Amino acid sequence: MDDQVISRRLLLKRAAALGLLASTQRFLSACTATSLLPTTQTGLHASTLSGEVIDLLIGETAFMVDGRAGIAATINGTIPGPLIRLQEGQDVTIRVTNQLMEESSIHWHGILLPSHMDGVPGVSFRGIQPGETYSYRFPIKQSGTYWYHSHSGGQELRGMYAPIILDPIEPDPFQYEREYVVMLSEWSFESSEVMMDHLKKSSGYYNFQKRDAREFVADAARLGLWSTLRDYVMWDEMRMDPTDFADVTGSIFTFLMNGLPPAGNWTGLFRLGERVRLRFINAASMTFYDIRIPGLTMTVVQADGQNVQPVAVEEFRVGPAESYDVIVQPTEDRGYTIFAETLDRSGYVRGTLAPRTGMEGKIPERRVRPLRTMEDMGMKDHRGSHSAHAVEKVVTQPSHDHDSNHNMDHDESSHEMIRQDNHGSSHSPIPGIIPIRHAFDHHGTGNQTVAEYSQSRMHDPGRGFEHSTRRVLVYADLKSLTSDHDQRAPEREIELHLTGHMQRYMWSFDGKKYSDTPEPIRAQYGERLRLTFVNDTMMEHPLHLHGMWMYLENGSGAHLPRKHTVVVKPAERLSVVVTADASGPWAFHCHLLLHMEAGMFRVVEVSTNE
Amino acid sequence: MRHASVNVAYRNCRVALAVFVLHVGFSLTSAWAESKHEHMELDSGPIDQIGPLQPGSRARETEAVPEQWPPPVHDEKQRLFTLVDVLEYRPGSGGGKRREDYRWDVEGWYGGDYNRLWFKSEGQQDTAFKADYDADFQLLYGRFLWKYYDIQVGGRMEAQSFRGSNVTRGLGVIGFQGIVPYNYEFESALFIAQNGAVSARLSYTKDFLLTQRLIFQGRFQTNLAIQRVEEFTTGSGLNNLEFGGRLRYEIRRKFAPYIGASFERSVGETATLVRRQGGDPSQVRFVVGVRMWF
Repeated sequence: MDDQVISRRLLLKRAAALGLLASTQRFLSACTATSLLPTTQTGLHASTLSGEVIDLLIGETAFMVDGRAGIAATINGTIPGPLIRLQEGQDVTIRVTNQLMEESSIHWHGILLPSHMDGVPGVSFRGIQPGETYSYRFPIKQSGTYWYHSHSGGQELRGMYAPIILDPIEPDPFQYEREYVVMLSEWSFESSEVMMDHLKKSSGYYNFQKRDAREFVADAARLGLWSTLRDYVMWDEMRMDPTDFADVTGSIFTFLMNGLPPAGNWTGLFRLGERVRLRFINAASMTFYDIRIPGLTMTVVQADGQNVQPVAVEEFRVGPAESYDVIVQPTEDRGYTIFAETLDRSGYVRGTLAPRTGMEGKIPERRVRPLRTMEDMGMKDHRGSHSAHAVEKVVTQPSHDHDSNHNMDHDESSHEMIRQDNHGSSHSPIPGIIPIRHAFDHHGTGNQTVAEYSQSRMHDPGRGFEHSTRRVLVYADLKSLTSDHDQRAPEREIELHLTGHMQRYMWSFDGKKYSDTPEPIRAQYGERLRLTFVNDTMMEHPLHLHGMWMYLENGSGAHLPRKHTVVVKPAERLSVVVTADASGPWAFHCHLLLHMEAGMFRVVEVSTNE
Repeated sequence: MRHASVNVAYRNCRVALAVFVLHVGFSLTSAWAESKHEHMELDSGPIDQIGPLQPGSRARETEAVPEQWPPPVHDEKQRLFTLVDVLEYRPGSGGGKRREDYRWDVEGWYGGDYNRLWFKSEGQQDTAFKADYDADFQLLYGRFLWKYYDIQVGGRMEAQSFRGSNVTRGLGVIGFQGIVPYNYEFESALFIAQNGAVSARLSYTKDFLLTQRLIFQGRFQTNLAIQRVEEFTTGSGLNNLEFGGRLRYEIRRKFAPYIGASFERSVGETATLVRRQGGDPSQVRFVVGVRMWF
């Protein structure tokens, strides 16, 4: 009976959509965007939209996953929505019509534009009301791979996301013969509201990889009863779960590549010897992906749409909302599996690069779920080898001796490392490379733990790669291809702590969720500002700043990579520099959808007033 | 140029056009009402209004976020949570000495992250602590106090049989609840009865995962009192101790049938009162039940 109701509702909506379109004389172009199809089209983009004026229609569409139908919120009727391909230097008007019964919005992720065009309800505008058409208009001032998505409630998770390609005026500084967008996401028949409800009431609801008696016996056999017992009891003592890597897991998610589940096997074709550019975009709401293509080396050429000095890797981790462009050159007459395994190892999605359709590569063996360590807790006595190694590496680099010694001489409390002398240099100090003790502040009631010691983990590929023999991308590898014109040292530093409470499922900055602090983070127009993030939680958080680039202070001197989203690991201290060159209110938040909705959200207010 | 592309699209869309003709009459009225914005654009001229803000009006841009806008995130939702931790059947034992009976322990809250309205109820019959039956209901205001703990203040109604008749009393409650180190769920309450009698209850539960769905719950509960209250079979001092083990299988996270055993003992003065009422102050009982939440 439920099904009948839904299908009738859908039918009515579609009928209404038709009428609406007719009245605007724009139904014809929308027809070509497949909004009339009974189910969404998946696979490679059903349509590419270009030009000065683009029309988008937000509506409900049935979406089939593994033989079961759900109701998706879609852009022009497909998951992902249509690829928008524009030229750097052009102006664009994008008219978005909301056919949902609820408020909606589109946010242009990573695009530099006027604040009121940014598409965040409650920050940049009022939102797009049901039946309303909102016209976005902005100039394209950049190039690269980006994406767009709904910024209203859980609509993003219901299917409202799509890629953007901005073609550069100057040719790309790398060559390729063929390109594909590889958009990763996830599908669930449960809404984000239901997920939030479950997690607020039982935070381990979706984790079916907890430590149990069987694992205890296996560990005891391997490591000895006493040390196993001690380890298990220690985690219990801290009231922490070392298996907590994803709040929502493969237990309800079907992981998607360009809208297709693993069985759908999204396939990109190539001719032998061709260089193929893969534009990986993580459009998932809650999932970190580890991506590799067994048999191929991937050369990373862009991160978050910005050119970087090429880095050859065999695997990389992409957090929600991040993007990486890689170039591969398959030379064998076989299918190559594009394997994207989730960080918590609860699932994967795969696709294939193949010389002909219908081919499949071997699906790699799945890895075991990792465990949190004392390093993730920020415990002094248990500093991991990675970080110690990182410090050593920096110290032994000749051009670094001065800086490192300088830092080493400082005691823990003095972490001001604002330096004037990094003009044109290819190295710079990494803030937080030396562990810094947490201040007395425990960030209030709603924060569970603090990292006693926080430090840079940019040389650390992250949990799950402990035993990897592959070359995995780390943030320290990213170096902007060109040096930015603004090389000023930051005038001011703002330290923000990433806080939360797993059992209560509360997420916040400095212990305050959004509804606790309407007061925004203030910046002066033109100011050069350092934002230092300290992750006091036990989870990775992808932080996204709207409207302005974050220059990741990863030690690459004048070549700091520009990012719109940075992943901060547990107990990590990570700094970015921001030139406040865009006035207005901007959203700043964790891009894990449920963390954002739980309150891990702030407004950054760039003011032109004195 | 726009016309040309429309013509191409038109040719591609004849089928759709036919569908449109069928539907247009039906949807025209509602569409008209919904699409005032669209009509403004019918002439395809330049768009005057771009969103709610005028471009270039810097004063507006730097203004604080207007208050009539909806919040960007919704982190203040109120929820209703009900946990039926114990709902069980206890078969008779001791050669008919102990009758079959039922027992429940339910609690929950309505509220947000910081403030909650709690409700709790326990009911038992023929336990080592209560000779006949005993049921209570609590309504409490709870405040998220610090890290892992809630403080609760409110009232409790308790009903019990005493010498074959019903006795009830009202009590004031101050509770403290949370998760203590080593991951024990901990619940404590101080009760002050109408007549000034003071008693307290303390309980701990802890889950042990045998598999991801087969879970053993250990349970400990004790009651204490300052004054002797005979109608409520409460002696002065330590009243009772209860250890339970319940093995549940989470068919769903929210629905888990279980089997288990409970070792109960009343002590001291309380044991005497229970015995005097015809109860058994020392029992081992098997239980079959279901744990659920929603």
